[in-house]
This record gives sequence, structure tokens and C-alpha cells, in this order.
Amino acid sequence: MNVAVCVKQIPDPAVPGTLSADKTLERAGKLILDESDSYGVEMALQLVDASGGGEVTLISMAPNDEVSGLRTALAMGAAKAILVSDPALAGSDALSTAKVLAKSIERAGDIDLVLAATESSDGYTGTVPAQVAELLGWPALTFSKHVEIADGKVKVQRQTEAGYDEVEASLPAIVSVTAGVVEPRYPSFKGIMAAKNKPVDKVTAADLGLDAGQVGWAGARQEVVNVEQAPARQAGEKFEDDGTGAEKVVAFLEQLKVV
Amino acid sequence: MKVWVFAEVAADKVTTATLELLTKAREIGSEVEAIFAGSGDSAAIAASVGAYGATKLHVIDPGDGLPGQVAAASIAQMAGEQSPDVILFAQSYDGRDALARLSVKLDKPVLTNGMSLSADGDALVFGTAIFGGVTLVDVKLTAGAPALIAIRPKSFAAEESGGAVAEVANVATADAGRAAEAKVLARHVEEQQGPKLEEAAIVVSGGRGIGAAENYEPLVEALAKLLKGAWGASRAIVDAGWVPYALQVGQTGKTVKPKLYIALGISGATQHLVGMKNSDNILAINKDGEAPIFSVADLGIVGDVHKVVPALIELLKAKS
Repeated sequence: MNVAVCVKQIPDPAVPGTLSADKTLERAGKLILDESDSYGVEMALQLVDASGGGEVTLISMAPNDEVSGLRTALAMGAAKAILVSDPALAGSDALSTAKVLAKSIERAGDIDLVLAATESSDGYTGTVPAQVAELLGWPALTFSKHVEIADGKVKVQRQTEAGYDEVEASLPAIVSVTAGVVEPRYPSFKGIMAAKNKPVDKVTAADLGLDAGQVGWAGARQEVVNVEQAPARQAGEKFEDDGTGAEKVVAFLEQLKVV
Repeated sequence: MKVWVFAEVAADKVTTATLELLTKAREIGSEVEAIFAGSGDSAAIAASVGAYGATKLHVIDPGDGLPGQVAAASIAQMAGEQSPDVILFAQSYDGRDALARLSVKLDKPVLTNGMSLSADGDALVFGTAIFGGVTLVDVKLTAGAPALIAIRPKSFAAEESGGAVAEVANVATADAGRAAEAKVLARHVEEQQGPKLEEAAIVVSGGRGIGAAENYEPLVEALAKLLKGAWGASRAIVDAGWVPYALQVGQTGKTVKPKLYIALGISGATQHLVGMKNSDNILAINKDGEAPIFSVADLGIVGDVHKVVPALIELLKAKS
């Protein structure tokens, strides 16, 4: 079975984010693999292993030919990657991104299953996987916390507001997975060395047959009209617990009249 | 302005998030209609959405498919015929499914995670928060109608309009293609006893600092029960499999806005803060004095939850 995983390379979340002059998230520095995507990569590797053949292909869109995050996922065991990098894609919104990913999946060819995170850790729109599915004309099993393949079908446990649903679809299909669906492996030293020589197919929007008017700023069709700091919440009192912490809490609860 | 609201039902009741959207729809629009995809008592749903201002309830039968994904084809067809200016969705699972498919069908961009929405003449100004809520961004869509927008629950208060029962219109289901192939085989409810997380006046949540899955019940759940509140969790312990996802508070989980939020052993990653920092009062107990949760806490106790919480439970039991 061949599995494609959509992965996003994002600014390190440990570093406070900033907006660039065009009011999009600053992505000029080094990017890393979105941790949310490590679950999809791991899931893909396990499903391909269990199926007894096939390989994992990574699909990513990033500025400046960024491959740092892709190398991390290749080191985990993915076989190859398609990287779409093109100045024409700057400012792309979720729909434009989905168009790029869908075309890339078609370019990869012979894909049985596409995995993606439910949402990225920097943009968190949360619609891209189902948008990709709609563009491909495939079923989408979204917000999945458990995934299994049997008899040409994919079966998942999909989160709901109250619990979860068991949902099934025939392949090819796209599945978005929540964090925690599997425990992502750490790349081994051998894996890191091997990743350096794995093929990365670098393409532009035009290579995918996408017109510049459909993607990037032109495709996003939105205008940021104001950016401001949110009113900060005032921190209150902070005490070291010297054995009276519980009493202080009780006094606080009494003051709020909740006890 | 003609506004449609994608209505959702949970446990046989129209969700609060839906009622919030209808309230906002009345403010920005002159014509408000609701769309519901699912099986259910449409008369009861029509009464609920009517009381919040919808004059019409379009009902789509998704069969055993995922409601949002199947409904998108029918909504796209209706939008082509009836030209709504805006379609509002809750930032929920089915809401995002419908929104995503619809955006492709109509070739319109989406705005999600909305926290404010207002009309500026003919244009809509959509507000969201980024970087864990510290920066507010306002956006105008320039793609033409319909604007496709998802709003985080608890962004607006739900207020009744006193409207009559909405007129029910059964929609002829459009062919959803392979989107309809995702079939729901079974449903599992994992919801807790007691008050609902999103509606409770007091919420007690636990994070990694509680140490182990078996400590959740005696620390978090026990304290919540004593205070007649609901219990929740940070993403860290949901990912670790200690508690079900339905308990997650934060960016990818539930948004809560209780009178009192109690964070036990939660460091306060931005992912978590987004889901709770608009609570009226916040109490945090964490052994790391530098934890970001203390920057939003009205009362912070720098201490060990394994000592402070059992002592607190004893004191509260003694009082009652």
C-alpha cells in the first residue's frame, strides 16, 4: 500500500511568532516539521509495514525550498518527498494550499491513502484535509484517533463532541489524524544519514498546472484590515505553598461564593 | 444581508454554539435561516432555532454518511439558487467538514477560528486571535458572496429573539459523490456524568503535573464533583491517553468560559490558554513557578498538586 502524508514545515513554536510586513506569519527563518504531522508520518509507516509493501511519500508546501522538516520525516522512514516551493504561493490560504496538495498527490500517483494532521500548529484552520478530499473526489475521514486498514477499506474512530464514531470508507481516501493516534518514533542515526540521500522532487505551482491567479495572495481573496495586541489579562496573586496553600484556595473560593 | 447558519444537534438538543451563531446572524443580517444535516426531530429543532431568530430550517438527510461531508453538496446547490451572503459554521467537527467541502464546491476561501464578526456596510469584518490569543487580527473577505466563516464556541452570548417556530423545508439531497462513502458504523458516547464541560459554572482541569492517569480521578474529578463542576484536561494528558479526547480544553478541544477555572498541574501552553483564558476567574496550582499559566491566574499556588489538592478536598469536605 502506498501512503502519502501531507506535512507542514513551520517556524519553531518554541520561539514567539511574528508577522511579516505583508501581515502573514513570518516564515523566513529555518522551519521544522510540525509536531502534529509526526503522528501522520508514524501512522503511515506502520500501515505500510503492516500491508507488507509499498512506501510513504511526503507532500509539503514551503517557502525557500525548505527541506529541514522533510528531512526529519524522511529520517523517520518515509521513502521520498514532493516539495512545492514557489514565490507565487506566498499568502496562500487553506483552499489554495489544498489545491497545491491535491495536485501534488496526483503527481505522486498510485496513492491508496493520504494522511494529514487535523490542523497545523501555526495556522490551525482545520479544513485542509477535507478540502483536499473534495478536490480529489475522495471520501474524508476527519479527526481520527484510531486508524486501521482491512479488505481495501479504512476504518477509523472519529472524534465527536460527545465521544467517537466508528467510520469506514473504501480506498483511496484521506484521513486526518489527531495528535496521540500513535507514538511517533525518534529518527535513528542510520535513518538521519539515509534521509540525506532520499529523493525530494522540487516543483513549482506551474509544474502542477496551477495558475498563479488561483493560489497565493490572489487565491486567498482576503485583506487583513487591523492587527492589535489583545488586552492582557492581569495576573493576580501568586503564593509559594508553605503548607497553607489549600487554605488560601478555600478563602479564594469563599470570596467567589462558590463554596 | 441573508445569513445561513449550519445548525448542529447533540444529545437531541440544538447546540449552544448554534444558538450563539443565530444570535450573531440576527445582528448582522436581515434574513436568518438555519440548515440542519442529520436525523432528528425537525419540529423540535425548528422550534429551538426559531426562538433564536431563524425563520426557516432547511433539513438535509445525510443517511449514514458523515453529516457535514454529505451536506456540502446540497448546501452548494441551495446557495446557487438562493444566494446567501454569509454561511456561518461552528468551529466543530461536522461544521469544519461541511465548510471545507463547500469551499471547494463554491471556490470560496474560508475564515475559521473566528472570535468576532461585524458588518461594515456591505462588508463583513471577521476577527480572530493568533499567537495563543495575544494578537488580534481583523480580516475582510474580498471573494464575494457567500462568505464562509467558522466561529469558535463561546465567542458570543446566545440570546433568544422570541421568534416563532421556523418553517421546515426538506432539501432534496444532492449527489455528494464519494464523500458519501464515509459511513458511520457505530456511535460511542464517552461523556462524563454531571454538568457539561462547556456549560459548567466551575471547571477543574488536570495536566501533565498530576503525574499519572490513575491520579486524575482522586485529584481532578474528585475536586470537580465537590464543587459541582465539570472536569477537563490539557492536550498533553489526552495525547498520553490518560483521559478521553472529549475532556480536552484548548485550541483543538473545547472552549470553556466558566465562572471559575481551576488548572491543576497545567503549565499553560498557548494551545491550552486559547480554550480557557476568558474564564471569569482562574486558579492555578503548579509546582513550576515560571509556568505560563500563572500569567493568567487570579490566584496562583506554586506547589505540589499531590499535597495541595488532597488538603483542599479535606477542607472542603469538612465545611460541607
